[in-house]
Amino acid sequence: MSQAVREDFKEILRLVRPGSRVLDVGCGEGGLLELLVRENQVDGRGLEISPEGVSACLARGLAVVQGDADRDLDYFPARAFDYVVLSQTLQAVQRPRHVLGELLRIADQAIVSLPNFGHWRVRIDLLLHGRMPTTGALPEPWWATPNIHLCTVRDFTEVCDELGLSIDASAALTAGKPARPMDPAREIENWRAEAALFLLSRRR
Amino acid sequence: MTFPADQPLRLDSGGRIEGLQLAFTTYGRLNDERSNAILICHALSLDQHVASDHPVTGRRAWWRTLVGPGLPLDTERYFIICSNVVGGCMGSTGPSSIDPATGRPWGLTFPMITIADMVRAQAMLVEALGIERLFAVVGGSMGGMQVLQWAADYPERLFAAVCIAAAARHSAQNIAFHEVGRQAIMADPDWRGGDYAAQGVRPEKGLAVARMAAHITYLSEPALHRKFGRELQRDGLSWSFDADFQIESYLRHQGASFVDRFDANSYLYITRAMDYFDLAANRDGVLADVFRPARDVRFCAFSFTSDWLYPTVESRAIVRALNAAGARASFVEIESDKGHDAFLLDEPVLREALGGFMASAAQICGLERGAI
Repeated sequence: MSQAVREDFKEILRLVRPGSRVLDVGCGEGGLLELLVRENQVDGRGLEISPEGVSACLARGLAVVQGDADRDLDYFPARAFDYVVLSQTLQAVQRPRHVLGELLRIADQAIVSLPNFGHWRVRIDLLLHGRMPTTGALPEPWWATPNIHLCTVRDFTEVCDELGLSIDASAALTAGKPARPMDPAREIENWRAEAALFLLSRRR
Repeated sequence: MTFPADQPLRLDSGGRIEGLQLAFTTYGRLNDERSNAILICHALSLDQHVASDHPVTGRRAWWRTLVGPGLPLDTERYFIICSNVVGGCMGSTGPSSIDPATGRPWGLTFPMITIADMVRAQAMLVEALGIERLFAVVGGSMGGMQVLQWAADYPERLFAAVCIAAAARHSAQNIAFHEVGRQAIMADPDWRGGDYAAQGVRPEKGLAVARMAAHITYLSEPALHRKFGRELQRDGLSWSFDADFQIESYLRHQGASFVDRFDANSYLYITRAMDYFDLAANRDGVLADVFRPARDVRFCAFSFTSDWLYPTVESRAIVRALNAAGARASFVEIESDKGHDAFLLDEPVLREALGGFMASAAQICGLERGAI
């Protein structure tokens, strides 16, 4: 695998069982999906909002449907996939709770990553400078951000609990550094993780 | 190609056509493995001259934006086949052909045909050309319906399927517009109960009105406004029913030029075939069940934002059913204000996305670039 592979992608490749069926929601130009197909021999599908992204995916031989995570997850029948991946997108959707529910209708497990608004730098930006935070995981200024539903690791674990989802694995992500396994219940992780990645399933 | 009488085309209506004749064109070269063939299915008023100008009328090739050297449907790489549909009037057996039993044009004694009949005839042609499996079947509008029918009826005989600006069934609105067209034709005194050819006349006015009404459905309000607005043909109003407005003159021209190249009875039969089209009708309306045998086919569907004849919601229904069937489906909705007609125009996103899909599918199918 090349050095250029994003660390969060590496973590996803580690979590996904080879040969499984995977849907990548918000797959962009298909970078992750192509890796999953090549490295893990998955049967991969994608959902992507921009026609340019879908075009790029088609040129890579990927099966991708143009659509939007908020409205178009109903394209896919129940339990059609082993995994559904939602990478750095949940905070930008209109109805995050609905989307989370849909992910685990479509697939047995969901891999969700998101920026952590509880990160110490975010807290300091607000507390000391009184400004909307910008960090590695939240690079845009407030007026240009697509993020409308930011949350902390703690908020996320709570919403999973409310929705009856169990967190089977989680990792802290920091740009450019390898993913670090974490226990999301520990308060310190809510300070330390710039972004976080979770493997979710329906609670039995 | 004329099929022998002992190889009739069996029709959904229960009838059969003996001595079936299919007019077709091909481009490019069939490779030694016979694995690089693409069948293109044409729309209602089009023909087999997909990539070459019409030899008689001189009409420009209708898909010159997509079919040709270096284009997504690359004639240097693939063997491209396009045949006139059964029921048509460009050389294939249709209501204007001579009924061998009577020696007179069929007229309304021609049997009713369906989209599945058209596809069955194409399958006979493909087989006669010695091709066991097509690399792809591609079509827009009514051609897209044929593509879906191919996937439903002959899933093992195609590797990839591209369905552009189509639907899995005709809506009430689609049927309504077609009925207006048919009534216009049948209201023309020169239609003569469909027997006009034997009587040496042609229902030109009726067919022209049918075409004018249909043509509006191929455009969009913004496209009409941009092209014509309320612009007049001459300075000032004529205070008569002459074509004052440019849009009137344009539609009259569309109608008048159509009657030169199209047969009125063919128009009746083909529009009826489209109206009867409902792919899931025999599966209790569950489209996914239709596509289940086609799980291994690589699908790509396209729609256009301003197409109100076969709107995006119809393509979405197809894609949803394909996903439910576990097929490999891709879908792109293309931003365009040109209405249904966009599928025939130079739409860069369509060209690029289709090109990418075809090239990657060719690679996966084992067609080597430039090695044919």
